[in-house]
Amino acid sequence: MTEGFASIGKNRGVLTVPNPPTIRAWATVVGKKEHDGPLGGDFDLHAEDDRFGMDTWEKAESEMQRLALGLLLKKSGCREEDIGAVFAGDLLNQCTGSSFGLLDYGIPYFGLYGACSTMAEGMMLSSLLVGGGYFSQAAAVCSSHFCSAERQFRTPIEYGGQRTPTAQWTVTGSGAVLLSADGCGPYITEVLPGISVQKGITDANNMGAAMAPAAIDTLARYFASSGAQPDDFDAILTGDLGQVGHDITADMLYAMGYDIRRVYNDCGLMIYSSQSQDVHAGGSGCGCSASVICGHVLKKFACGDYKNILFVGTGALMSTTSVQQGLPIAGIAHLVRISAEKPAGTIGG
Amino acid sequence: MNLDAKTYQNYVKAYAKKSPSPKNCIAAFLVGGSICLLAEGFYRLYLHLGLAEASVRILTPVTIIVLTAIATGFGVFDCLAKFAGAGTLVPISGFANAVTSPAIDNKAEGLVMGVGAKMFIIAGPVIVYGTLASVIWGVIYYFLHGRGIV
Repeated sequence: MTEGFASIGKNRGVLTVPNPPTIRAWATVVGKKEHDGPLGGDFDLHAEDDRFGMDTWEKAESEMQRLALGLLLKKSGCREEDIGAVFAGDLLNQCTGSSFGLLDYGIPYFGLYGACSTMAEGMMLSSLLVGGGYFSQAAAVCSSHFCSAERQFRTPIEYGGQRTPTAQWTVTGSGAVLLSADGCGPYITEVLPGISVQKGITDANNMGAAMAPAAIDTLARYFASSGAQPDDFDAILTGDLGQVGHDITADMLYAMGYDIRRVYNDCGLMIYSSQSQDVHAGGSGCGCSASVICGHVLKKFACGDYKNILFVGTGALMSTTSVQQGLPIAGIAHLVRISAEKPAGTIGG
Repeated sequence: MNLDAKTYQNYVKAYAKKSPSPKNCIAAFLVGGSICLLAEGFYRLYLHLGLAEASVRILTPVTIIVLTAIATGFGVFDCLAKFAGAGTLVPISGFANAVTSPAIDNKAEGLVMGVGAKMFIIAGPVIVYGTLASVIWGVIYYFLHGRGIV
C-alpha cells in the first residue's frame, strides 16, 4: 500500500520549528449555517444572512476576512504595526477575497493559494518566520464563502439541481491566528510541508477522494520521520476531507501500520450536523478548517482539554478550466503540530 | 499492494455512496408529472377562455417559463429541484431556471458582461445543439419529402 507515495528521503521529513511561537490569539467569523451547526457556540461572530452587509458575495467574503483580522487585533491587544506580516488566502480567482479584505490594514501581505489547506499553509509559514526570528509576530488568515465558491466553481446559486452524495458544502467562514515569539502557548512545535499527490480522480464532486492520498502521504511521512505514534496525540484533525476522504485516510493508514482511528476526526465532519444540515459528505473550503481550528480547537487548548494535536490542512488543487479539460485533481496536505508545552530541549524553551 | 492511480480509483468506488436512484425516480415522476398536469390545466383554461389553439400551444409553455422564473427569483425553485431532480429539469421549467439563475447571479458584473453574456452559460449548449439538430433534421426531411417518403 505504501508504494506510489513519496519516500521519506532527505528534506522530506518533519521540520522542528525553532523557538516554537505561541498562538497568541485567534478569531472566527462564520455564516448562519455554521453558527447553527454543532460548533456554533465556539465562533466569535456570525451573520444572519451571509451577506455581511455587502451587495455582492465576493465583498461579503472579503468583509469576513476584514472582520476576522480586526477581531484578532482587538483580542490580542495588538496594533497593526506590531504585526510583521499576514499570510492570507481564499478560493477566489487571484485570491481577491484576501487582497481586498485586508486592504484596510497596513500590514505586509503574502497571498497564499493552497485551496482548503491554506490555513495550515499560513500557520506553517508564519510559524517558521516567527520561530526563525524574522518577525516578532505574524498572522495567518483565510476564508471561504458558500455563495462565492458556488458561483466560481459550480453553478449559479439559484440553479436547481441535485448534489451527489460525495459532494461537500463550502463553509462560509473565516479564521485568523496571531503567532508571537513570546508567550506561554499553545505552541506550533513541528510542521511538515505537503507534497502534491495525484491519483487520477477527475470528479470535482468527490474531492475527499482526490485529497485523501495527500493526507495519507503527509501523515505517513510525519510518523516515519518523527517517530511519534498516533496515540501520542489528543486529536489528529484533517481539514477537510469529508466522509469519503476521512474513511479512506483512516483505512489506508491502518493498512500502512498507523492506526489513527481512536483520535482521528475531520474538520469537514465536525462543523455541520450530518443528520440535520443536509451537507452530504461534509464541509469544505478554506474557511472550514480555519474556523474549526480557530474557533473550536484552540478553545480546547485554552481550557486544557487538548495538549497535543496534529492539524493536517488538505486542499484540492484544481480550477474549473482544469476540470473541464479532464485533468485529474491533485491534493495537498500541510501538517502543523500544536502543543500546549514546548518540547524539552527546544531552543529558547 | 501497489497504489497506482487505477488501483486507487477502484478502491475509492467502494467508499463513494451512490445516489438513491429509486427515490430520485419516484420524486422526478411525481413532480415532473405534476408540472405537466399544471400545464395541461392552463392549456384547457386558455382554450376555455376562447383563445385560438395555435396561441394556446405557445401560451402554455410561456406560462410555465414565467412561473419558473418567478419561483427562481424568490429562491424557492432550487429547493423544489433539489427534491425533484429530473422532474423539474426535463420539462421547460429546467430550461427557464437555467437561464434565470445565471441572470440573477451575474447581475453584479453589469447588464452587458454579467447578465447579457452569462445568461446562457448553462442553457447555451441546449440552444446551439438543439438548433443544429433541427437544421440537420430539416435537411433530411427535405430530401425524404422530395422523394415522397414522408
